[in-house]
Amino acid sequence: MTHARSLILDTCVRVVFPTALVFSLFLLFTGHNAPGGGFVGGLVAASAFVLLWVAGADPGTGLRVRIDAAVLLGCGLGISVLTAVAPMAFGQPLLDHTSWELYLGPFEKVKLTTTLAFDIGVYLVVVGLALVILNTLGRERTA
Amino acid sequence: MMSQLIPLPVALPLLAAAVCLVLYRVGWAQRLLAVSTLVATVAISASLVVSVRADGIGVADLGGWPAPLGITLVADLLSVVLLVVAAVTLLAVHIYAMGHRDAREQSAFFHPLYLILTAGVAASLLSGDLFNLFVAFEVMLISSYALLTLGGTRAQVRAGMTYVVISLVASALFVTAVAFLYAATGTVNMAQLAERVGDLDPALATTLGLVLLVVFGVKAAIFPLFFWLPDAYPTAAAPITAVFAGLLTKVGVYAIIRTQTLIFPHDGPSPMLLWLAALTMAIGVLGAIAQNDVKRLLSFHIVSQIGYMIFGVALFTAGGVAAAIFYTANQMVVKTSLFLVAGTVEDATGTGRIKQLGGMLHRAPLLAALFAISAMSLAGIPPFSGFVAKLAVITEGAAANAWAVVAVSLAVSVCTLFSMTKVWNGVFWGSPEASTVRAGALRSDGLHVRTPTLMVVGTVLLVGVGVALSVGAGPAYDMVVDAGEQLTARAPYIEAVLR
Repeated sequence: MTHARSLILDTCVRVVFPTALVFSLFLLFTGHNAPGGGFVGGLVAASAFVLLWVAGADPGTGLRVRIDAAVLLGCGLGISVLTAVAPMAFGQPLLDHTSWELYLGPFEKVKLTTTLAFDIGVYLVVVGLALVILNTLGRERTA
Repeated sequence: MMSQLIPLPVALPLLAAAVCLVLYRVGWAQRLLAVSTLVATVAISASLVVSVRADGIGVADLGGWPAPLGITLVADLLSVVLLVVAAVTLLAVHIYAMGHRDAREQSAFFHPLYLILTAGVAASLLSGDLFNLFVAFEVMLISSYALLTLGGTRAQVRAGMTYVVISLVASALFVTAVAFLYAATGTVNMAQLAERVGDLDPALATTLGLVLLVVFGVKAAIFPLFFWLPDAYPTAAAPITAVFAGLLTKVGVYAIIRTQTLIFPHDGPSPMLLWLAALTMAIGVLGAIAQNDVKRLLSFHIVSQIGYMIFGVALFTAGGVAAAIFYTANQMVVKTSLFLVAGTVEDATGTGRIKQLGGMLHRAPLLAALFAISAMSLAGIPPFSGFVAKLAVITEGAAANAWAVVAVSLAVSVCTLFSMTKVWNGVFWGSPEASTVRAGALRSDGLHVRTPTLMVVGTVLLVGVGVALSVGAGPAYDMVVDAGEQLTARAPYIEAVLR
């Protein structure tokens, strides 16, 4: 089935989609001590996907997204819950967290926390859920 | 040790839900994982009951932040008793659902959603602060929205719309009430609220208590906030209707018991709650008598039975609260069993209308027996657990001199028996020819109908739990008496959380 394409939208999406994804990753990683985080990052990424879908999911760039949304959602939820449960294996309470400071050559000091893994999980849940909703709404009615 | 166990009934089903989502194409793996998770949840809940009985109230501070600041999970007797009954109910319904045609066809998202519902119910029962109670309710409700409309039929979407709107309004009111309470007292931790609400202006405290009562009244479907329930529940697939009927309203009752006894305690019976209880019982059962569809009739009975639980709470005595807890636990099992039987009948005959049914006693004798046991327990016929529950509520009501409501509850009992007889006469008695049978459901002998094995196993398991509750009513009742005393004393809960 062919849809009427909008040149302006297609061109915009080509620029905005990757930019928004990079910005969402920035929000994800900066979220520990600054505004941002997995949820906000996930929302930005999800809105990038919404834009892509509105444009017909193929803005003439070969930028086809083949992701199994349910698996993405499951992986995200799994990562978050595992990060929450993991401390219990060390006798700590659920949702406890820990952090390390690493010195990695050109990056100087890098602070890694286990909450980052939790946030990545949240990010994937938000994106995955948005994709599940987009796919479900876009599907032809079967019954 | 116990503080390590407390978060597991929430965390384990969530983790299993994640794995189920990843494996959504592999049906057998989903089923195996979901059942084993639910069995594990039952085992953990049972061990929580044992440890709370032995060591008193257990508290888990998540993330290592101490009580008034962090997320606190509290396992007191009320929580763990309802948790173990809810877990068993969820397990039985899940076994039933695996044998059910509708649920099996929709299985891709059924199992993850069901496990998230389990986590939501567990989190609601264990939550130690009001805001997390809100979050847990939302987890439970959002998965219930999806489960209710999983079939995507016109009737389901229509009923789902009402249900979602009503629930969202109640949720918005809930979070507003939490904000008001926080503004007035500076805390959302329930133990700290219990200490501070007493110092508020009584008018303000009463208002806040009322707002929360309205919120939980919508979820528990008490009069006059029940109208959404009989429309919404019967449209879902049978196992989903059964689990909603058994658990969701009862979690609302749990929240009423928790907040009214801990945060807004009352000296002596509360007249308003007593009248609400009497009206809920009476209007519910009158609605039930007028129905001609089995699932709708049973849905009105949910409302009617909630009235008895509210009656127990309204007395504000240790005995009254104990009776309410026993009633709630018993209803979870009995009401779910009735819906499971009704679902099996509908699966075999293709209809739930009493007029088009008849003679199921001959076509499916085991189903008739399972229905009879549950129906007599619901109506409160000795020696079943429903009798113990009803007797306890009425004895406590008489002890508190609430004679008017005692009279109403006795009259409602007779009406309950009457409408159960109506179902029994219409569906199970009569000649087998009176009933339609779904194409392909008839066995080769031309009389008996096929009933999927797993559906029967699930129902038998749950009815068995009901019978066990009747046989073991003595020890079980001792436990809820302790729970009632723990709740009305208030101090044990507050000290356990704040140390």
